[in-house]
Amino acid sequence: MDLSFTPEQDMLRESASRFFLKECPYEKVKELEESEQGYSPELWQKMAELGWMGLLFPEAYGGYEQQITDMAIILEEMGKSACPSPFISTVVQCGLIILEGGSEDQKKEFLSKIAEGGLIMAFAQYEEEGSYLASGIHMKAAASGDNYILNGTKMFVMDANVADKLIVVADVEGSGISMFLVDASAPGITCSKIPTIGKDNTCEVVFKDVQVAKADIIGKSGGAFDIIDKVEGRIALLKSAEMIGGCKVSIDMTADYAKEREQYGKPIGGQQIIQHYMANMLLAYDTSFNYLYKVAWMADEGMDISKEASGLKAQVNEKYKFISERAVQIHGGIGTSRECNIGLFYRRAKAHEFMMGDTDYHYEKIAVSLGL
Amino acid sequence: MDFKLSKEQEALKEEFETFFKEEMKNVPPEYGRGGLEGIYATEEGWRFHRSVAKKLGEKGWLSRPWPKEYGGLDAPITEQLIFNEARERHRAPGVDIFGLGMFAPTLLIAANDEQKKRLLPPIAKGDVVYCQGWSEPNAGSDLAGLKTRAEKKGDRYIINGQKIWTTGAHKADCMFLLARTDPAEKRSRGLSVFHLSMDTPGIEVRPILYMDGQHLYNEVFLTDVEVPETDRIGAENDGWRLTRETMNFERSNVGMFSEGYNLLNELIEYVKTTKRNGKLLSEDPIVRQKIAKLYIDLEVGHTLAYKIAWLQEKAGLIFAASAASEAKVFGSELLQRISNFGSEIMGLYGQLAKSKWAPMDGSMTDIYQFCMGINIAAGTSEIQRNLIAWVGLGLPRFK
Repeated sequence: MDLSFTPEQDMLRESASRFFLKECPYEKVKELEESEQGYSPELWQKMAELGWMGLLFPEAYGGYEQQITDMAIILEEMGKSACPSPFISTVVQCGLIILEGGSEDQKKEFLSKIAEGGLIMAFAQYEEEGSYLASGIHMKAAASGDNYILNGTKMFVMDANVADKLIVVADVEGSGISMFLVDASAPGITCSKIPTIGKDNTCEVVFKDVQVAKADIIGKSGGAFDIIDKVEGRIALLKSAEMIGGCKVSIDMTADYAKEREQYGKPIGGQQIIQHYMANMLLAYDTSFNYLYKVAWMADEGMDISKEASGLKAQVNEKYKFISERAVQIHGGIGTSRECNIGLFYRRAKAHEFMMGDTDYHYEKIAVSLGL
Repeated sequence: MDFKLSKEQEALKEEFETFFKEEMKNVPPEYGRGGLEGIYATEEGWRFHRSVAKKLGEKGWLSRPWPKEYGGLDAPITEQLIFNEARERHRAPGVDIFGLGMFAPTLLIAANDEQKKRLLPPIAKGDVVYCQGWSEPNAGSDLAGLKTRAEKKGDRYIINGQKIWTTGAHKADCMFLLARTDPAEKRSRGLSVFHLSMDTPGIEVRPILYMDGQHLYNEVFLTDVEVPETDRIGAENDGWRLTRETMNFERSNVGMFSEGYNLLNELIEYVKTTKRNGKLLSEDPIVRQKIAKLYIDLEVGHTLAYKIAWLQEKAGLIFAASAASEAKVFGSELLQRISNFGSEIMGLYGQLAKSKWAPMDGSMTDIYQFCMGINIAAGTSEIQRNLIAWVGLGLPRFK
């Protein structure tokens, strides 16, 4: 048993932390939140130059074959900075899906482009009824010669507004739910940003008679959820890592504030009730943080993490809300202002809760895994 | 990052597991699901505890963490963790948490050679059982304000005062006592540690029954109790520092999570086999969610416990102190949540004490009652939260 990070991992964390402090201070985050694009193409290129985008891919596809643990470290630091970018959509969701289910040609083409920072992708799964399950997929892919014709509406698609390519989940008559690579600019696609309290790039994408070549299917026809089942644990884990970064920075900011802010002639952090709130916050964070790296280690060892990743995401969903809510409360009035940075995390806690499975979804997955 | 145990550790774990599994074949029904109440509340439980302790002593397992010169193996903290986890998984007795867990580490650090040679071997062999003379009626969380007086008279101390919440004083052979040797000092500076035999004249033990009527705790009255100077451990007035050092054993609290998994597994079995209103409890979405939530709590708590043990081994207790407090408060409050939820889903059966009618042999109502003791003993949940805020977050201490 050795629960330390390697010196390389410590360096990776340090360089990621420095990068975000320098390149994406909270003022910049708020600016990006208000922009139509919702991210900075300049920062995107810099992240690519640091090698983060190909971190998980094999060398043959322009990657570095590093571990989930390494990626979790980067995402934790990204979460601390609250820096908005299509990183999770492109690198984590679409990257892992193609890596798991794509053909050799697809991997060569798309993974190398992702690794270079030359391709932004978005994953279009959820629909209007807001289900996480296969039974919630109603969009049809109708065969027509060498093509499928897509009709329907995708909701809660992150970063579709800036994506070059989409991975679209749709129902193929006769064979079932399948995944396709679709040009984001294909005729018949209309994309609108949906306002969320995360002020992020959540989109509605409407497909009207959109043609996609039969060759652009990922994996087997009807095999979408075989692939999703294999990668969704790792995706949820990495999303959780980003959220845990947000938990940490919420605690640090609040502890600093509680030491400085004086009322009744002494720092509010000397009041036992504030201390107990904060002890609960630290406990919620420490349990989440340590479990993150336990599950990341399991993933790197090739173990099945479906139950544990669900446990992690459900845990982090609840603890991020708890920590950021207490953080705003301890900040008092200033905590509720746009100026104060703590609100970035309080809003993200709620928005991220629903990405990669909400708490109820993951509870049910665990219940099934426990034999209930 | 590597959570794997080494081959040697796996073998050790197997050896511990096999031993406890075998021993638990002889468990008397009065022992129940173990814990302090299993050990102290009945004669049968007590005899069982003592017999397992003897066997552990013969194997040399009790003193594994000690230095070789005192009969130990210098076993690292991780091995203590493995031992404690295996023992708790089987709900086995045999370890005197006071003598072995608290007093022996003090002796190893502060006792003189004569004291070590005299006092350590009986603890290692499982021959002697200690109780802890710390809390007083007016010194609970604020322990440093304790008043029991040890007055030096020639080569002896004369002790007068009262201790309370003394777990197992009615069964113990000896006590380690914290008493005031300098009356001019009102706080931590004037305290010293003593070893005394419970049959010393002037010691009176009176039971304080737990809410369910079981006898675990006591008041101990000390009236002109004479203790030779040779039974003072460490320097005079240095006792407070030494009580901090007694904390230097495996502090992960892994046992609470092991017991939590035991209870969760029993609960899963119960909901999968119990029908109400024509359907299995396991089909109820609320039951499913609550069980999932308990599973998550156990997973994250258990992982934190491993982290604590590892940190303690690598960097020392001080680096694990905040996390150790976190695990204590989280573990004890988790057992409370398990018992509340467990009894809730039993409905009317959720109030039943151990009997042929009680589901899960009354485990849930048993824990429901005893979790309050765990929340309070060895540093209340409030004291633990203070420590987390001070040590873990650097918030200002209050005096």
